[in-house]
Amino acid sequence: MDEAKVKIARQFIEAIPHSRALGMKVEEIGDGFARITMPYDERLIGDPKTGVIHGGAVSALMDTCGGACVMSHPEAPGGTATIDLRIDYMRGATPGQTIVAEARCTHITRNVAFVRATAMDDDRENPVATATGAFTVERKS
Amino acid sequence: MSRRTVEPVQVVKQRRDAALRALAEGVPYIRFMGIVFDRRGDELTAVLPFRDENIGNPFLPAIHGGVTAAFLEVTAIVTLSYQWLWEDVENGVIDPEEMIDGNLPRLPKTIDFTVDYLRSGLPRDAYARARVTRSGRRYASVQVEAWQDNRDRPIAHATAHFLMPRSDK
Repeated sequence: MDEAKVKIARQFIEAIPHSRALGMKVEEIGDGFARITMPYDERLIGDPKTGVIHGGAVSALMDTCGGACVMSHPEAPGGTATIDLRIDYMRGATPGQTIVAEARCTHITRNVAFVRATAMDDDRENPVATATGAFTVERKS
Repeated sequence: MSRRTVEPVQVVKQRRDAALRALAEGVPYIRFMGIVFDRRGDELTAVLPFRDENIGNPFLPAIHGGVTAAFLEVTAIVTLSYQWLWEDVENGVIDPEEMIDGNLPRLPKTIDFTVDYLRSGLPRDAYARARVTRSGRRYASVQVEAWQDNRDRPIAHATAHFLMPRSDK
């Protein structure tokens, strides 16, 4: 993926209102892969007793990262929308740590892109959550 | 033979609303998303008021898929928790006023969550209801559906599994 396209993709994703609201940053993107971070934020706590981030915020990160990796695929001409997404929550993210999501487009057809994603905190060996999803491949109109 | 005195309706409503308020407002993320709950008896309807920060595609514009997923997940957890606590609240085992003071019972933990996107979410309010299809001692299955203007045209539905808190509440 050339640098201009990477820059456009990064700007596009970081300009999405909800991605901005959650403080998402695109660390790496290109050739059907994306890595996006989301900093710890007390407003996103789902369990006040432990301070663990709500699963919904992790879902939003996984969905954004999945869509981003599809858009960065050389065979994807334009936008994308989520068809379905399944998330497995392995453990609560450690409070105070940034969550990093990595998504890879494992296969793409004319109409559908298949995605696998992982979310991690500082302990990269033990994922917080994994996801599999199908996304649309929007033809340029 | 003694009969239980019938409680005045406002006492019953106050208790049930207080328990719901504690569950929803006690969680920072639910406040952050601006999600509120309507209650009719034990039936809950979640409301997600539209806000610009919820947009995921500025060109359509459409609500972010992550917002929709989060809305469904919040609805599922609150509905499941409310149902799980219902009897204890009704029998006075749990005092909702204490819950409001930050003394929340442990919440169910999401094991997995599968969301199907059926239509793009329009820039307007969304509603959701969850149905607990099975609530066991350790695991629960919940189905949840969200719609906007038209109840018969859902924008998304999800199936989720939860690990229930241990019952030493």
